[in-house]
Amino acid sequence: MSGAAPERPRLEADIVGVGFGPAMGGFLTTLARRLADPDKPPLESRALPGMPLQVLCYERADDIGFGVSGAVTRARSMRRSFPGLDPEQIPLAAAVRQEKLLYLLDPLGASRRPAALRLADRLIRLLRFALPFRDEALEIPWVPPFLRKEGGFVLSIGQFNQWVGQQILMTGTVQIWPSTPVADVLVENRAVTGVRLMDQGVDRLGRPVGGYLPGMEVRAGLTVVGDGPLGSVGRKIDEAFGVPGGHRARDWALGMKFVIDLPDHATLEPGAVWHTFGYPEPEIFGFLYVHAGRVASVGIFVPSWFDNPARTAYRYLQHFIQHPYLWRHLEGGRLRSWGAKSIRESGRRGEPYLAGDGYARIGEGSGSTNVLTNSGIDEAWATGVQLAEAVIELAEQGKPFTRGNLEASYAARRRASWVGREGRAAEKARDGFHRGFFSGLLGMALAGLTGGRLAMPGRPKPPRKLEEVFGGRLGEEEIDRLRRECARLGRPLHDALMERVGWPPIPYDGRLLVSHQDALLIGGKVQAPPGVADHVIFLYPELCETCGARVCIEICSGQAIHPQTGGGPAFEREKCVHCGACVWNCPQGNIVLEAGAGGLHSAEN
Amino acid sequence: MNTSYHIVVCAGVVPDPLQALEPAPGPALKNEMLLPAVLDPWAAHALYEGARLAREHAGSRVWLVSLSPRVKLQQVMMSVAQKALFELVALDGPASGFTDSAEVAAALAEAIVTIPDLDRSRLLLFGGWESAARGAGATLQMVGERLGILDQFQGVDEVRVEPDGSLIILERIEGGRHQISRCAGPPAVLGWATGSLPEPPNQPQIGMQNMRGILPALQRARPVALPGEGLTFAGAWLPSQQRQTRVVKDLPAGEIAREIIAWIRG
Repeated sequence: MSGAAPERPRLEADIVGVGFGPAMGGFLTTLARRLADPDKPPLESRALPGMPLQVLCYERADDIGFGVSGAVTRARSMRRSFPGLDPEQIPLAAAVRQEKLLYLLDPLGASRRPAALRLADRLIRLLRFALPFRDEALEIPWVPPFLRKEGGFVLSIGQFNQWVGQQILMTGTVQIWPSTPVADVLVENRAVTGVRLMDQGVDRLGRPVGGYLPGMEVRAGLTVVGDGPLGSVGRKIDEAFGVPGGHRARDWALGMKFVIDLPDHATLEPGAVWHTFGYPEPEIFGFLYVHAGRVASVGIFVPSWFDNPARTAYRYLQHFIQHPYLWRHLEGGRLRSWGAKSIRESGRRGEPYLAGDGYARIGEGSGSTNVLTNSGIDEAWATGVQLAEAVIELAEQGKPFTRGNLEASYAARRRASWVGREGRAAEKARDGFHRGFFSGLLGMALAGLTGGRLAMPGRPKPPRKLEEVFGGRLGEEEIDRLRRECARLGRPLHDALMERVGWPPIPYDGRLLVSHQDALLIGGKVQAPPGVADHVIFLYPELCETCGARVCIEICSGQAIHPQTGGGPAFEREKCVHCGACVWNCPQGNIVLEAGAGGLHSAEN
Repeated sequence: MNTSYHIVVCAGVVPDPLQALEPAPGPALKNEMLLPAVLDPWAAHALYEGARLAREHAGSRVWLVSLSPRVKLQQVMMSVAQKALFELVALDGPASGFTDSAEVAAALAEAIVTIPDLDRSRLLLFGGWESAARGAGATLQMVGERLGILDQFQGVDEVRVEPDGSLIILERIEGGRHQISRCAGPPAVLGWATGSLPEPPNQPQIGMQNMRGILPALQRARPVALPGEGLTFAGAWLPSQQRQTRVVKDLPAGEIAREIIAWIRG
């Protein structure tokens, strides 16, 4: 190939969507209903005059129910879109029936608890006969209103998305194309004019090889970006147009969960929801919620303020489910599937420009997640609906999708809605965690109970080194020896470190407690289509060679990034679940996540 | 010599065999909807081979005839439509290993004979020689019989068109060998094994072209009831498995074989 730009096929449309998640579900549901409404005048296409509005959506995953998470949600906006929604229609869905807030003590004595927390644990154990205490957990008798999910649903978003996608496709007005990653956004004269799909027939670095197929350009009057917390199209729009002053996505979490077939003896009822904190580390929050059909989702959030570079969500999750309070219901269960995703916890403070000439942003990547209420699906859906309502208004009035028109119709609508109000209240809710566990809890309570008027201040600290984190318990020489040993064996360091400081080995049972490698093959499918470029890119590999922390290896949800002797970490896209945790965990900012095909998918996680 | 073909590919949807998800206990339809679906892999090979044959022989057309739950078929079409050019004939009904093959064959044959413009003298009836839903590939053979097609080939890996219009067909036989047959020409039934083509890359422009016909075909999908009269199942269960998995790359085949032998020997 010469250096000349390849000739690309081109397609004209009116609206092109990027990513099919809850936000795009809300957008397309609302828009498709209007387009299919026989009692309203048709919305005419500008791209193909005489035809109805041409609406396309491209999803990178192999199906529209893959690559997403599960959730417990108040579902206010979803129920508004589907009045009388019967969870019986959706596999794994259940109405929320009972909620608990639990403080989990450490039954092993291995977690990194500050002295004040150890003292509090001692007091709780002393007073256990007078407190709602059992199985090393304190049942807090009150769930703060901002955390409650009453009236909502327990959902598998994979199943919900499939169901929503089917409803949309049945209208025949919208096309949703899976297995079609969007590689780039087209920008001309400071306006977005569409997207470019991924090239095929290329090597891992994106260089054309046999059967080269240049990605198609899809030109559209409006590009709707709903590609999630770390979407590459969202990132490229930020790079092209900047972000509002003072806005930055600085707070993150990795959510990882198991979907478990409950054993016969478990007494958990569908719709039961538990929120937990305190274990496996004080900074790690957890959850358990019960679906229909004796299936439970159990998981944890590993936040960016957790200062341990050996931050393995998988290993911590295995210890979490073995906490006595949970284990009495889970022991003997079977792992159905497993999954992980990054959560953009900056919420409104990481909000990009919501609209510009030719584009609009919806969903998590647009800063809609609410960290105070622990809610993202509901908000994402609402932003999609709000954009659709705005688009319908503009199309009916024959107005173009300019920045001014979209600001006035969509952004203003969103800011005036409950999504905007609650997002502002949550802005500083978790700042206190940057100072410590108690400050964090206090900050959440203050923000939650005062509607965001009060909060604990706190600023992110630079990441600590392993030697600092394990300083009191392991010597530098010991850490260095373990690091060299793990690199030689091609294994992450966290297992060795955790076991050296008191975490017991996992008693694998081959059903629920299985190795990370085995979990990769449970409930999902490993797929890496040939002829596409790697989607995780180490920008300057020489920087990786000198990196001591290599947090990307420890945090990697699928063990897709692993050490190798000589050079930086190795990446295997077959194992990647596209969670994006490597990106926000790289202390050097040296990793980029592009939209990629394949990956490990589960349709229920 | 007319070597244009009217290729009809019979293909159902099946739970994705690469997904390790098992059905949850509960109502049957809900489970069917829960599992991610794909076009039956053997039939998918038939589709790709059919599309290749059509590309190479001007004037040929390809129809995909599918008896599947409409909402699931619609979802699957969004992936398959990007792979090859075809026209869809959709029947809305159950698709699984527990339907009566004779009833399915009757419904498919009825749909095929009513395809407008179909020239049955040029008909090549394609499908899988077996199915991911059930190994016994009886359905395609019965469709062929109902259409009165006498030349039937199963386990096909290759078809070549000779200058005189006859077809050279390679069928799998024992020992990994091929039986080579010469068929004078259509009509014929070809139940495909894996063929020789890889899964085509996604081509969005082909998807858009297909979709003009697929959406209306889905909208008018005729509901088909499969009462299964006289059919009872005494039981069905999964074979017990022992699973020990390790994901490795670039390991020589000899080393993998040695590990497996060591594992079997304990």
